[in-house]
Amino acid sequence: MRKTILKISTALVIGGMSANVAAAGDVEVLHWWTSGGEASALNVLKQDLEGQGIGWNDMPVAGGGGESAMTVLRARVTAGNAPTAVQMLGFDILDWAGEGALADLNAVAEAEGWDAVVPEALQAFAKHDGKWVSAPVNVHSTNWVWANKSVLDANGIAVPTTWEEFEAALATLSAAGVTPIAHGGQAWQEATVFDAIAMSTGGPDFYKSAFVDLDEGALGSDTMVEAFRRMDVIRANVDENFSGRDWNLATAMVINGDAAFQLMGDWAKGEFINAGKVPGEDFLCFRFPGTADQVTFNADQFALFDQGGDVSSEQASLASAILSPSFQSAFNVVKGSAPARTDVSDEAFDACGKKAIADLAAAAHTGNLFGSMAHGHAAPAGIKNAIYDVVTAHFNGEFDAGTAAEELVDAVSIAK
Amino acid sequence: MTMQITDPAVRRSAATKPDFRTRLQSWIPKLVLSPSLALIIVFVYGFIFFSVYLSFTDSRILPSYGWVGFENYDKLFRLRHWDIAVSNLVVFSSLYIIFCTVIGLLLAIFLDQKIRGESILRPIYLYPMALSFIVTGTAWKWFLDPGIGLEHTMHLWGWESFSFDWIKNRDFAIYTVVLAAVWQSSGFVMAMFLAGLRGIDNEMLKAAQMDGASNFQLYRRIIIPQLRPAFLSAFVILSHLAIKSYDLVVALTGGGPGRATEVPATFMYSYTFTRNQMGIGASSAVIMLLTIVAIMVPYLYSELREKK
Amino acid sequence: MAVASSDTAIRTGRITRTFLYLVLLLFALFYLLPFGVMVVNSVKPLSEITGGNMMALPKVWTFEPWREAWATAQIGVEPTGLRPYFWNSIKMVVPAVAISTILGALNGYVLTKWRFKYDTMTFGFMLFACFIPFQIVLIPMARVLGLTGMAGSTPGLVFVHVIFGLGFTTLYFKNYYQVFPTELIRAAQIDGAGFFRIFQRILLPSSGPIIVVSVIWQFTNIWNDFLFGASFADLDSQPMTVALNNLVNSSHGVKQYNVHFAGAILAALPTLLVYIVAGRYFVRGLMAGSVKG
Repeated sequence: MRKTILKISTALVIGGMSANVAAAGDVEVLHWWTSGGEASALNVLKQDLEGQGIGWNDMPVAGGGGESAMTVLRARVTAGNAPTAVQMLGFDILDWAGEGALADLNAVAEAEGWDAVVPEALQAFAKHDGKWVSAPVNVHSTNWVWANKSVLDANGIAVPTTWEEFEAALATLSAAGVTPIAHGGQAWQEATVFDAIAMSTGGPDFYKSAFVDLDEGALGSDTMVEAFRRMDVIRANVDENFSGRDWNLATAMVINGDAAFQLMGDWAKGEFINAGKVPGEDFLCFRFPGTADQVTFNADQFALFDQGGDVSSEQASLASAILSPSFQSAFNVVKGSAPARTDVSDEAFDACGKKAIADLAAAAHTGNLFGSMAHGHAAPAGIKNAIYDVVTAHFNGEFDAGTAAEELVDAVSIAK
Repeated sequence: MTMQITDPAVRRSAATKPDFRTRLQSWIPKLVLSPSLALIIVFVYGFIFFSVYLSFTDSRILPSYGWVGFENYDKLFRLRHWDIAVSNLVVFSSLYIIFCTVIGLLLAIFLDQKIRGESILRPIYLYPMALSFIVTGTAWKWFLDPGIGLEHTMHLWGWESFSFDWIKNRDFAIYTVVLAAVWQSSGFVMAMFLAGLRGIDNEMLKAAQMDGASNFQLYRRIIIPQLRPAFLSAFVILSHLAIKSYDLVVALTGGGPGRATEVPATFMYSYTFTRNQMGIGASSAVIMLLTIVAIMVPYLYSELREKK
Repeated sequence: MAVASSDTAIRTGRITRTFLYLVLLLFALFYLLPFGVMVVNSVKPLSEITGGNMMALPKVWTFEPWREAWATAQIGVEPTGLRPYFWNSIKMVVPAVAISTILGALNGYVLTKWRFKYDTMTFGFMLFACFIPFQIVLIPMARVLGLTGMAGSTPGLVFVHVIFGLGFTTLYFKNYYQVFPTELIRAAQIDGAGFFRIFQRILLPSSGPIIVVSVIWQFTNIWNDFLFGASFADLDSQPMTVALNNLVNSSHGVKQYNVHFAGAILAALPTLLVYIVAGRYFVRGLMAGSVKG
């Protein structure tokens, strides 16, 4: 379908750039969900909109967990040709809102009562200056451990609940000749592991002061050194071929029984389900030892870009379709995440999904819900990546735990 | 098309009688050149200037114009990340240039010996240059992966002790980038040397041979020195490919393991576009540009002066 | 025991020649291997790849991966395969190569045959365009394209590729025309031929080899470009490399290696074709052009 572009001479979006608007009746969506499962989940949304007579212009840009898509977005916005909606994470949304590039969704939000149903911690990333600027799709929680049940049973291992038990389990597995941990050596995956370990080592207050408040004392503390030391333990329990491996290939190792555990966000569940595995019978999902009460989350959202003036009716329809309970349920059952609103029935979800929804509600209630550092929900992109640098350099043996903590202080101070 | 070197000195076209037609004629060449020149002034030099300016600002997610002086440069040089990128570039570019030149020259000399099947071998050597980085990266990444690639195959064939895990090894990963890059461009260098060899005057060689010079001496004393222009062209093309090498690193290792294969081009991209620190990204771009200038200007100067 | 030949002074013995052939064949193997393995694996079912030996020939031959990559693979939410993007690429590459080659030829002609004050400096100045890292032009270029209404369109992409190809095409043609006998031109001038007439009648007919070099160079670079294509293209102008990236780098899900390989080869076919068809003129063109003078 050919997209007509009509130029609007008013609407100075950023620094006097003019905006082009998609012809009425179309939305253009920039995203990086290109694989089978995700794309079909997104198709639900597409069909929903097409049912309302709104065309869907697809702009997929895969690669690097959205890195390529963000570069494209920058070029598009600079050209005054911003897409209608863009898949986005955490601080990126706030940064773009800070540039004044996002639309004001308050009218839709008020009409549909988003404030009441979206958890507070999530609202922090969907609202800027009291205005809703994006529509949250889901809440992923990242501090999960995925385990192959038969491997654990064969080695007489119960679900570990503390770091010590976990370490003992790793030792048992290692002695039995099983690869204890399936890991993919990419910076974000190492940071995902580190996220959970830091939470487990220092608890929620430490996590907050280190990764959210970026307190130098916490970043360079002995607790941090201990967290890095525990990363060494993880490193010693992965196979030799981990570097550069995609996360889903690591998941496949657990599925096939080549490894016992994977520390990964809840999107890993989709791989188990696709392989015909049943939660609780073939595989187990549990919170990383020592973080039973906490949930570190990241949420995919669709940020709506200002198309010059008011929110267009297509944007409003898109936003409201995204937050509709039926889509939230349908999408998240496929994706493995929890719905972004708390009032969605968990009926359609499997055991792990039900647990995720319950954990999320409990954590939100007790103040144990934290944005994940590894997934850009604790600190802005520059700092997140600075932490990545240190974590991945340490994990790959560039320096020891003590030096890593010093480097962390340094890297964060430069990136601030 | 004659291949002799003619006297390149051409006098100005202005004719003796400056009537209107000849005056117009003398303007046409400049008119023809000017659109290209204008485009380059605006889109190359203008944008370079813009980057230099950005490197002194507090730009983050989009360009902004708050002046911060040398702060970005100060931060840049404090980043260990940048040190790694620069030292990787030194290792990468020197090995890359040396290997491409040596292999290219060797293949060109060998191919120049009246080889049967040259017309089949030549495209085989050249074709990697036709592939995009995604293709090269996909092929090599897979080929080098110990779990499914070469190492795995050797194990299946019964050579159990065979080990080739460079791509997963922090200390060796940069060499796999060199390997894939040499694979991609050495054929092109071969073509340049081959072209140079084919242009050498045979009479001189025959004369030297009469004097009893061996093949080795012929190459060392007479032929290779005559390939100087080809060496220079190869050096320039290779060094700019090395400094700009971004695609291959991203496709092959993504800068890893850890950040072991980070190079300035990936550094700049990541700071500008994924870390929302456009100011630091711009300052690294300026350093890269200065490096290119430092290599190119002496070369251009010597080349262009000679041709006068 | 020497293989004498009419036009080379170098003689080689039998042992040397065996050695030469051995080395040349080894290198041929080195160049063929990674891509060859990819081709072989693109016609295997996925189970044979993940479970087996990459060097082994397929037990079951299947062209399904090729068909899937071309026509039905999921690129985003639409299962379109690479097909529509292939045509987008063609629509972009052909004009961009043509325009930059023509401009390069004219520039080379002016710079060598109609010399003016500071012409060498002007050339050096233009040559620097070859060496600018593309990442730094992304943002300002996006702004320019937006202001001129060319953002997200094929003409916009053509414009960008022409600009950043000019340096190289000018370099090639300049070096080539440099050694072209100026006497011919002067003679034509005396006969009253004008600027364009001389170009058309005298230079152009003998520019074959260098046109080939320029076209090969530009075609490969533009066809293979990802950064500009991803940043400046829109729904209906996204080139093949962007689609291939979406196919190969799918963030989540099962990696279908065979489809990825088939897609990668499909994306490389046009450039490979250009190299194979025009390759034999390539060395000839280089010989006359860029490495001489």
